[in-house]
Amino acid sequence: MNLITPDTGLLFWMVLIFGIVFFILAKWGFPAITGMVDKRNEHISESLRLADEAQARMSRLAEEQEKLIAETRQEQGRILKEAAQARAEILAQAKEDAKAQTAEMVSKAREQIENERETALRDIRRQVALLSVDVAEKVLRSKLDSSVEQQKLIDRYVDESRSSS
Amino acid sequence: MIGGRKMILLLLLVFTVQAASAMVPESIFLRAGAIDAEPATEEQESVPDIGNIIFEHVLDSYEWHLTEWKGKPVAIHLPVILIDRGIHAFNSREILETGSYGRWHIAPEGAPHEGKIVREDGSKPFDISITKNVLQLMINALLLVLIVLLTARWYKRHDALKEHPTGIAALMEPLIMMIHDMARENIGEDDYRRYSPYLLTAFLFILLSNVIGIIPFFPGGANLTGNIACTLVLALFTFFTVNLTGTKHYYKEIFSPDVPGVLKPLMAVIETFSALVKPISLTIRLFANMLAGHIQILCMVSIIFIMAKYGPAMTGGATVITLLFGIFLDVLEILISFIQAYIFTMLSSIYIGMARAKGE
Repeated sequence: MNLITPDTGLLFWMVLIFGIVFFILAKWGFPAITGMVDKRNEHISESLRLADEAQARMSRLAEEQEKLIAETRQEQGRILKEAAQARAEILAQAKEDAKAQTAEMVSKAREQIENERETALRDIRRQVALLSVDVAEKVLRSKLDSSVEQQKLIDRYVDESRSSS
Repeated sequence: MIGGRKMILLLLLVFTVQAASAMVPESIFLRAGAIDAEPATEEQESVPDIGNIIFEHVLDSYEWHLTEWKGKPVAIHLPVILIDRGIHAFNSREILETGSYGRWHIAPEGAPHEGKIVREDGSKPFDISITKNVLQLMINALLLVLIVLLTARWYKRHDALKEHPTGIAALMEPLIMMIHDMARENIGEDDYRRYSPYLLTAFLFILLSNVIGIIPFFPGGANLTGNIACTLVLALFTFFTVNLTGTKHYYKEIFSPDVPGVLKPLMAVIETFSALVKPISLTIRLFANMLAGHIQILCMVSIIFIMAKYGPAMTGGATVITLLFGIFLDVLEILISFIQAYIFTMLSSIYIGMARAKGE
């Protein structure tokens, strides 16, 4: 039947024309198009990759910045704490120093007072001794009139001073 | 190779479309048949011979019938070229008017080469006439080359990295990249670039021819992809592409498949047969689908003329109904044009992919 018998003439032309069309399009048509589109696709995926990378880097930077800020804050806290501590220490030291100095001054003053008292006491003692010698002289001068009585008194004093010494 | 779900979806689509196209003409043929049987007694003249008209439209011819003008047919008479002891070329009008020219005449109805130019003894010379289908083929080829080269020119003149495609490039790029990506998917990253131009040419050629075949007036309308010679050549191109570039593994699968000894020759026969049947199935699928589509639309239009003898009411009613059906079928046909072109290309790419298998 005509419908299902391939006609030789059309077969011939079909092979010829389709072959030529295929040759022309395969040489100048499709590779130019698909090549360009493939290149564009590559470009797009490359750009996407770069953008991704940039974003990752950005987020990494932000993270780093945050970390840096946190570290700085910590450092600041530490420094402040140290400063406070140092202040306290210095204050304490100063107090202690002052106390020590005061104590020293007090003790020095006390020593001086002691010394002065000693000197004063010695002075007084000497004065008293001189006075008593003077008094004794005056007393002795009045009593040493009788020799017996004199002898007795001398003896007693000698004894007394021996026992006391 | 190809997603199972996608495959099933596609098969479902094909079967639905084919079932739909199988159902419609049956009812038309039933009605047409009933009418044909009736008027044999008296009204033979008023009922046009629908069957013949339809077949005249879907078959090849030596002239391109455009229209009727004042009762006379207006047609483009195409050149006849015969290779029969030398090349002979003449205008087809000379042989169509009288039925014979020199040593040749047109084979009468019922003869082996009915409607073709034959020698006196009824044998066929090598006939490479520019027939309606050949002219359509030339127009389509020219159009396709023009479209693709214009698209290629856009890419040469514009920096595709900085501009989005406009004009013809915007139209063609999705189609081209669809097939290009399909080739990559089915053939593999290694050598799909070698085959993608062939698949693209086949796809766009079939799509263009299918769509132009639906256009009912001059630069279109010839039933090119509904002609078995056309689809046979396309299928043979695929067949040779597959079988001339196959890998060792592919041939081993055919001639020495990995089965127990006794089964080996049997399997080899089956595999060889299957390789040979593939182009036939490609041929018939495209041919039958497009032919059926053309016949459906022609049947729809013909119903109006069959109804003419039943009076104005019937004609009017039939016209409205067939017009609606005709629009539906035309839209369906556009869909089928695309699907058939896609299926042909997809199967070709799958066959090529199988032939490029490297083996595990």
